[in-house]
Amino acid sequence: MEPIVKYEDVHKSFGDLEVLKGIDLNIAPAEKVALIGPSGSGKTTIIRLLMTLEKPTSGYIEVDGDPLWHKEVNGKLVPADEKHLREVRGKIGMVFQHFNLFPHMTILKNCTVAPINVLGMDKEEAEQRAVEMLEKVGLADKLEAYPSQLSGGQKQRVAMARALVMRPKVMLFDEVTSALDPELVGEVLEVIREIAEEGEMAMILVTHEMDFARDVADRVVFLDNGVIAEQGKPKDILENPQSERLQSFLERFRTSSSS
Amino acid sequence: MNMIREWDWSTVIDAFPLIFKAMWITLGMTIACYAFALVFGLVWTFIRRVRIKPLQRLISFIMEFIRTTPPLVQLYFIYYAWPLVPYVGVTLDPITTSILGLGIHFSTYISEIYRSGIESVDKGQWEAATALNFSTRQKWTKIILPQAIPPTIPMLGNYLIIMFKEIPLTAAVGVGGMLLTAQKYGAKFYEYMEPLTLVALFFLLLSYPSSILVQKLEQKMNRRFDKKPGGSNNGKEVTAS
Repeated sequence: MEPIVKYEDVHKSFGDLEVLKGIDLNIAPAEKVALIGPSGSGKTTIIRLLMTLEKPTSGYIEVDGDPLWHKEVNGKLVPADEKHLREVRGKIGMVFQHFNLFPHMTILKNCTVAPINVLGMDKEEAEQRAVEMLEKVGLADKLEAYPSQLSGGQKQRVAMARALVMRPKVMLFDEVTSALDPELVGEVLEVIREIAEEGEMAMILVTHEMDFARDVADRVVFLDNGVIAEQGKPKDILENPQSERLQSFLERFRTSSSS
Repeated sequence: MNMIREWDWSTVIDAFPLIFKAMWITLGMTIACYAFALVFGLVWTFIRRVRIKPLQRLISFIMEFIRTTPPLVQLYFIYYAWPLVPYVGVTLDPITTSILGLGIHFSTYISEIYRSGIESVDKGQWEAATALNFSTRQKWTKIILPQAIPPTIPMLGNYLIIMFKEIPLTAAVGVGGMLLTAQKYGAKFYEYMEPLTLVALFFLLLSYPSSILVQKLEQKMNRRFDKKPGGSNNGKEVTAS
């Protein structure tokens, strides 16, 4: 099957610092991939390039058969303009570490403003879809509340509903539980698990929750120092790491999370 | 001539209608200059967002120059010197001179307020708007400006009051506001005390309630827009991890 997302030799530098040093990665439709690795390894940058929040320094990214950062003109690839980016970007959704809800809008409005203005949906249909998604994340009773009135876990669930309403083919999760109080992590992971079980959407999860990665992911990709150091089935990667770097990462991880 | 004399109520009554009439000119000038400053401030703000280094530097220099030069000098320059500048010089009437002069002078401050409002919106808001695939225009109108403008309203209100108090400068180029009217009255009848007191009183009566209003507005905004709402990430930035 054709991959839904393709990275070919993707590099990214911030000034003198090369964060990604040649990433090749294919993601199948409906595949759930967990990106793990030490901080600074470039895992967040990988998904930010896909969401078009950062521009790759070089390399090629494809989404659902279309080049993302390039477009074809007379058979040649030229840098994409904003119009092209908008066309391709519509297939991708993202949930952020810090939620990034719109504080001046109610929960319902947060979930309808994009379908109405970006997809051109009429208000009733958008609200119906928003309510459906908010029910899925268990927040249908908060429609008229503002983000400031919610807990962190609730905000993150709203952020997921807001992204789901757009029906992306690929959903990106950028350390979505890192900013939460420990007791609120569970409710958010539970919702992601449910979304994952529905199946049809590809998901890329940048996470530090190893148990969660093992449960949800079809594949775990370990990044270290800007390259993919090891990847494979969650069980193999997490229980039987081959490279020394992954071994020491998991080791450090166990000691830090058990302390 | 007797320099020390009694307060004369009949002069007050005589001068009052003239000053009152001139008050409308002062108010009209305030609104015209302010409207010009609001629009022109927006122009500065957007030009400065264009990512061309030399242009940004040039604009910053021009704005700094305008801000650090006294508005009175600017008014005199536009009124007396501008017509003599070769090729681009034109003679302007007092009202146009004043609107241009004070309008441009204050637009540099207003632009700073707009900028602070826009920059106070968290970067994550732009990213969320991109992730939801809004167009550039929609990002501004639906997401950024509705968050950037309300907190700046009290500051904008303060500048309206400050500008109102600077309008008497336009007397220097001959706009017949309250100050010039009082001055002319004084010159004509040798009665400065009463008309000038009236002018001060009018300024007080107009700006004091306005400043109270601005304060109330500020409190209301602070309540409505307290800085802890949900979308923000408290200024932390994540670029790579």
